[in-house]
Amino acid sequence: MAGCRLWVSLLLAAALACLATAVWPWPQYIQTYHRRYTLYPNNFQFRYHAGSAAQAGCVVLDEAFRRYRNLLFGSGSWPRPNFSRKQQMLGKNVLVVSVITAECNEFPNLESVENYTLTINDDQCLLVSETVWGALRGLETFSQLVWKSAEGTVSMDSPGGSGFFINKTKIKDFPRFPHRGLLLDTSRHYLPLSSILDTLDVMAYNKFNVFHWHLVDDSSFPYESFTFPELTRKGSYNPVTHIYTAQDVKEVIEYARLRGIRVLAEFDTPGHTLSWGPGVPGLLTPCYSGTHPSGTFGPVNPSLNSTYDFMSTFFLEISSVFPDFYLHLGGDEVDFTCWRSNPNIQAFMKKKGFNDFKQLESFYIQTLLDIVSDYDKGYVVWQEVFDNKVKVRPDTIIQVWREEIPVDYMKEMEQITKAGFRALLSAPWYLNRVTYGPDWKDMYKVEPLAFHGTSEQKDLVIGGEACMWGEYVDSTNLVPRLWPRAGAIAERLWSSNLTNNMDFAFKRLSHFRCELLRRGVQAQPISVGYCEQEFEQT
Amino acid sequence: MRPSPHRAPGLLLALLALLALATQAPAKAPAKSLALWPWPSSVKVSPKLLNIVVENFLIDHGPNSTAGPSCSLLQEAFRRYYNYIFGFHKRYHGPAEFQGGAQLQQLQVSITLKSECDSFPNVSSDESYSLLVKEPVAFLKANSVWGALRGLETFSQLVYQDSYGAFTIKESSITDSPRFAHRGILIDTSRHYLPVKTILKTLDAMAFNKFNVLHWHIVDDQSFPYQSTAFPELSNKGSYSLSHIYTPRDVHTVLEYARFRGIRVIPEFDTPGHAASWGKGQKGLLTPCYNPSQQIEKFGPINPILNTTYTFFNTFFKEISSVFPDQFIHLGGDEVDFECWSSNPNILNFMKKKGFGRNFIRLESFYIKNIFNIITSLKKHSIVWQEVFDDGIELQPDTVVEVWKGENYFEDLKQVTSSGFAAILAAPWYLDAISYGQDWRRYYMVEPLNFVGSKKEKQLVIGGEACLWGEYVDATNLIPRLWPRASAVGERLWSPATVTNLDDAYSRLVIHRCRMVSRGIAAQPVFTGHCSHEYEMKK
Repeated sequence: MAGCRLWVSLLLAAALACLATAVWPWPQYIQTYHRRYTLYPNNFQFRYHAGSAAQAGCVVLDEAFRRYRNLLFGSGSWPRPNFSRKQQMLGKNVLVVSVITAECNEFPNLESVENYTLTINDDQCLLVSETVWGALRGLETFSQLVWKSAEGTVSMDSPGGSGFFINKTKIKDFPRFPHRGLLLDTSRHYLPLSSILDTLDVMAYNKFNVFHWHLVDDSSFPYESFTFPELTRKGSYNPVTHIYTAQDVKEVIEYARLRGIRVLAEFDTPGHTLSWGPGVPGLLTPCYSGTHPSGTFGPVNPSLNSTYDFMSTFFLEISSVFPDFYLHLGGDEVDFTCWRSNPNIQAFMKKKGFNDFKQLESFYIQTLLDIVSDYDKGYVVWQEVFDNKVKVRPDTIIQVWREEIPVDYMKEMEQITKAGFRALLSAPWYLNRVTYGPDWKDMYKVEPLAFHGTSEQKDLVIGGEACMWGEYVDSTNLVPRLWPRAGAIAERLWSSNLTNNMDFAFKRLSHFRCELLRRGVQAQPISVGYCEQEFEQT
Repeated sequence: MRPSPHRAPGLLLALLALLALATQAPAKAPAKSLALWPWPSSVKVSPKLLNIVVENFLIDHGPNSTAGPSCSLLQEAFRRYYNYIFGFHKRYHGPAEFQGGAQLQQLQVSITLKSECDSFPNVSSDESYSLLVKEPVAFLKANSVWGALRGLETFSQLVYQDSYGAFTIKESSITDSPRFAHRGILIDTSRHYLPVKTILKTLDAMAFNKFNVLHWHIVDDQSFPYQSTAFPELSNKGSYSLSHIYTPRDVHTVLEYARFRGIRVIPEFDTPGHAASWGKGQKGLLTPCYNPSQQIEKFGPINPILNTTYTFFNTFFKEISSVFPDQFIHLGGDEVDFECWSSNPNILNFMKKKGFGRNFIRLESFYIKNIFNIITSLKKHSIVWQEVFDDGIELQPDTVVEVWKGENYFEDLKQVTSSGFAAILAAPWYLDAISYGQDWRRYYMVEPLNFVGSKKEKQLVIGGEACLWGEYVDATNLIPRLWPRASAVGERLWSPATVTNLDDAYSRLVIHRCRMVSRGIAAQPVFTGHCSHEYEMKK
């Protein structure tokens, strides 16, 4: 693409063909050559290899072919070049795709294999992967390898001199971590469905594969439950305009699936639940001031059987709505002051023989985890559940979000994995925190395995998540705040730990952000400069 | 300072917010009807509600107005504000039938003195207005169209749409005028090019906040997007690309769009530093740097020792002074790096000849004095960044000094005004310096006259500017980064000094930000919450 020229002149490119350095995240193994081939927009197509397990009709790949054709060449038609046979030999008009297993109608999961190899040479233009999910990653890489000459448009007179090109390339690629997530918070502010879908598109450009959907929290309850419709009627900002209907949720899940992205739904309890209260009387703990209820409410009331009956029914619905094996059950920042004020809670604790509130919290969470396990679901929880020594199943995934308390986050990673649990890292990647300047660099430099531990311990780190909490974020500023900053985390989680040269990353990320603009994504600048195609205000 | 690791930003804020809402919204009066921003100097609101029936309501010229239907500035404003008030709510039409009761049928706008319909606003434009809302006709009176524009904005903020879609307004009486004459927003189109559309959007939002100056930092080291008719090579060679330029037509569009909103456009052509991009299209303009005695391929500030430099600027500023109608031109003058000058033997020779010794401030002074003379000969006034004053360079009596250094800006204001110069305050309002949370509170609590000085000195503070420098800002993030953070500065510069209650400001700002969103401005949230119509990006 035209950005190549800009990149060369502005940023003093290396001798390497500039197109290869446009790839983000950087592949595990890549070899590029100066030899280049022309792509003819009108003729170009993606085609299934005869031996591929997936063939036409595989919706994941059929749709991906269409998407990437549009991303590469736009949806319009291009002048048909009038080339001779010899020139045609230099051209590539097909990318052949071959997969070994056809999971076209399934959902990606934590174990999905995303490996692929991409071979562009005189004889072949071939993408091979084990699964359709790997093919999606390879198609993205392919789309980033294609570039447009400075002249921009296809010229009839010199089909070899301008137009779309791809260089001779060999790539073998696979992700470093299987869980590469992005958290959006739709409770502090409601995000219109279009904002979520657009985010899923850009996640795919960055090879993220988990959308952690922090659906509800204290501020609002936008998830429309069919078993408990009162939750949104009374707990959303507006029960007509600020909710996610069953249809919306389905659309998000399918849109994500088609991009190889899992949807990890979070229903955070027992804290962060104020918005549940109005729709489910009796669910929250009434706080007391002296001997009387003060009229305010605290966390979910763990002392009542009715609480567990409710959770049982509610999570039965959630388990069937969200196909992913994992649910996120929250468990962070439980405030004990309200429990402490309530005499019924005190009495319950006495009966149970609990002498601190962590035990009460443990009691609640253990009961909840048992409920969810019965639905054949796995779960992810925030680190407090581990810190407070709640007894959890050995296959629980613990998400680390606190930077310094109770311990430095790397120490926390060490302790969690030492205890044999799988861990997810988020602490250094809170994108809602903003500071002046290129803060993506600090996020990029984080090495998730930089803690003391055995190789078994390190294997328990399944990845990480970029988190965009919503206190100060809604659809007005979400996109520029996310991109390309989240890209830094995407590369850290996908690429080799040896991919850590800051200058190289800066050059590629500058280029990638211009490519995002070209694709219509409102990605903010990381330094002074310009893109051939700037964002246009509507 | 690093933010705390906790992700909830503190219950206290939330509580404060709730408290604020409670005090602002007495049982029956909808808070929204009082969410004026910036707050006027005098507001009297009666509890009496008037209904407005969209089909039955008109904004029109008063019978004795010196402006009439031939005043397209007002005609356009009437249409705009009619749309802001009703146009975005069309979906609710239908069920909201008027059922009788008190009704407001008309807003009459009267200009009482010279209308200035076809003029450009200037630093002494009269923006005062009075607004009387009562059944069945409301009266907006202003001495000139500039006050009428401000009053229309206020009127639009008084109209409230209830949850059934009906429009109401309370009988009220408002008199209002700005505290400071110069209320500016700085945009930087050199570090990143901003498409004209983004600039126009910014002008819209400025009008919603009663800002009246667009300080257009149009060129700098990185790029020269201004297309000069006298020196077209400046942008041909100095812009990022040929599609990253402002043609004369673009500039004209911005000027006229701003005029229609009562906004002055002050261009800044910053010299002698921050001028690297000029060098590409104007050979010989910049100082060649030497290392240590050999000329290298590097250039420094404008070369102040050549006659050709001044011939160039004479022609260049002649163009600028005719293209930009404002009486003021911003000449920059900040952050001049002396290293290159001191490396250049020709410069050193010149200084010796002039008797400057090795005092580069005297060389800078020599340069700026020459530029001042050019500007004066063009019958324009100059604004400069504070270094020009700090360095003791001789100013013209009418030079305005802009204070931007953050360390001790009250002391700087004192120095400038006690020397008899007018001052603009920008230092506490660098909006490009972002941080987590509600930094608008910090901007809001700045009191520009909080320095020890005589009344005369304080009167020399003509206003302030919110600056959004462009190193990390372009069309992708400009609007949410500016709004509503700049609104805090907008109120500080417009409203009386006594309007300082943060809780009250919070509750009004939350609604004002939703109002901007409903008018198509992607203003970011102040805190957790929602707007009835959220921003949706159109594809």
